[in-house]
Amino acid sequence: MDILTFMQQMVNGFSLGSMYALIAIGYTMVYGVLRLINFAHGDIMMVGAFLGYTFMAVFNLPFSLTILLSVVFAALLGILMDKIAYKPLREAPRISLLITAIGISFFLENAFTVFAGGVPRAFPVPSYMENIFNVAGLTFSASSITVPIVTMILLLAILYVLYKTKYGMAIRALSFDIKTVNLMGVDANMIIAIVFGLGSALAAVGGIFWAVNYPSVEPMMGVLVGLKAFAAAVVGGIGSVTGAVIGGFIIGFTEVVVITFFPELGGYKDAFAFVFLILVLLFKPTGIMGEDLEKSRF
Amino acid sequence: MFTKQRLINLSIIIAAIWFTWFAQNHFDEYTVRIINNVAIFIILAVSYNLINGVTGQFSLEPNGFVAIGAYVTAILTVDAEGMLYQYDLEDPAQWVLALQADFVWALLFSGIISALLALSLAFPVFRVRGDYLAIVTLGFGFIIRIITINVPAVTNGSLGINDIPEHSNLYWTCGAAIIAVVVILNVIYSKYGRAMKAVRDDEDAATAMGINTFKTKTLAFSTSAFFEGVGGGLLAALLTSISPDLFTFLLTFQLLIIIVLGGLGSTTGAIIGTILVMAGLEWMRFLDEPMNLFGYQTEGLPGMRMVVFSLILIVVMLFAREGLMGKKELFELKIFKKKKADK
Repeated sequence: MDILTFMQQMVNGFSLGSMYALIAIGYTMVYGVLRLINFAHGDIMMVGAFLGYTFMAVFNLPFSLTILLSVVFAALLGILMDKIAYKPLREAPRISLLITAIGISFFLENAFTVFAGGVPRAFPVPSYMENIFNVAGLTFSASSITVPIVTMILLLAILYVLYKTKYGMAIRALSFDIKTVNLMGVDANMIIAIVFGLGSALAAVGGIFWAVNYPSVEPMMGVLVGLKAFAAAVVGGIGSVTGAVIGGFIIGFTEVVVITFFPELGGYKDAFAFVFLILVLLFKPTGIMGEDLEKSRF
Repeated sequence: MFTKQRLINLSIIIAAIWFTWFAQNHFDEYTVRIINNVAIFIILAVSYNLINGVTGQFSLEPNGFVAIGAYVTAILTVDAEGMLYQYDLEDPAQWVLALQADFVWALLFSGIISALLALSLAFPVFRVRGDYLAIVTLGFGFIIRIITINVPAVTNGSLGINDIPEHSNLYWTCGAAIIAVVVILNVIYSKYGRAMKAVRDDEDAATAMGINTFKTKTLAFSTSAFFEGVGGGLLAALLTSISPDLFTFLLTFQLLIIIVLGGLGSTTGAIIGTILVMAGLEWMRFLDEPMNLFGYQTEGLPGMRMVVFSLILIVVMLFAREGLMGKKELFELKIFKKKKADK
């Protein structure tokens, strides 16, 4: 293992990690406000990738416009999901919400399998995303640079919204106490819709980038990625946006590094995130940037 | 000695045994197959309900334990010759070849190994509650699946194990289902069962009343793992071929629909839910096939059933959260109990 290979793997880990991070932000924001693991979030990412596929392969739109349109539609889908399925359950026990989320996740997966077919479709990657650069012996593809940069920009944008705007203040307030915030004259339902919209938009970006890096789309693509992104959100400390990004990078790096150093463990790569998750919950149940968790003890 | 309740319970069990005998001898093969399936799913649903509904620990693990049960039974009942013949990816390990047992012992071992695993898992798993528990147990199911794919010397990898001797018939499946239901109901009506319900209703209050919540949860977890393992073994002996793809989250999802529809926390609800869902899945096969809708011919849409089923789950959660039975039971099978127990 020379330093060059190591650096190369770091670049790959950075790129993979930022995709996990993009999706983890959505989990962490919804969890922060509603205390709900939105099991359907990974499937929103899948829908985002499918929207990207549709706009590019069917309507022949340029990549930038595709991302913009997919983000808008995915955000609308997220808001719709909240209005139809989660809003009527605001006062219900959280288990009901969780079961509903699993139901929606299965609905999206199966509906796409029925109407789009279960066979993976090739994603039309724009040629400039496939350009290869050589810098000091390292090989970068354009996408492996674009993805982390876009993630960083989006993260800064989200942090700006959360900490510098009125809506962000409302979101943060909601994560403490929905009822009281409602009494203070904030329309809690609208703010929750914004959270779902923002999270889904980021998931759509993540989905399109995922489809660019592994150029295919299929209805089940969001399941494993979504779960790993959730693991990332918990590792980073669920409820914290920065934590989600850190967690995403940790999971991405671990996956890449373990496979590079222990190629014989390659078959187990999908299990790392969960093993990591269980270990983190064992030793630091609140994650790295952890917020207050429900009391947990034997 | 013979209270009215006990007589009713006894007659239900006798009726169930008689039905098993009658079905095995008089029903056609297709019906017997469906009843076999229903009986196995009753075992799975009733035991899943114990941890999920009665104890209120939202866990998503059954596919993992069912997989373990199925693989243990398969390895124990397929003889060495058959294994050498069908293991393609890698030669089976020596101990896998050496292991051999009768079906009844294979089933018991399946259950015991699942239960032991549940016991050891309880320590990390029950450090967390609620949503976190769901995701950790879900991850556990994934890990089991990835392991079954990656140890070809034991499990034949993604090809799975075939030519498992077909031991499951109605006597085995319905017999196991009756035992499972009686045992689990007796657990629920024991003092441990009352502790489980207390943990579900308010964990902090239960602790304050001196209930050891960790012990209670672990008992429920291991009991349900035991029967899930046995159910997995029966499933393997019914299907005669298993592969990692059988034990995806879809299995857990199906069980979740069953117990939610029947009413989380109700054992009779779980039984009724199983019959409804399994019969419904059979009946709804037409959805997957080409249809004639008002003169408009649709192509076959494989997977449409699952779309409809996820919609049913969402609608049940939105409009009928208690399911069919809520937390109530239809009958109380307490034949082994001396005095009348309170609910």
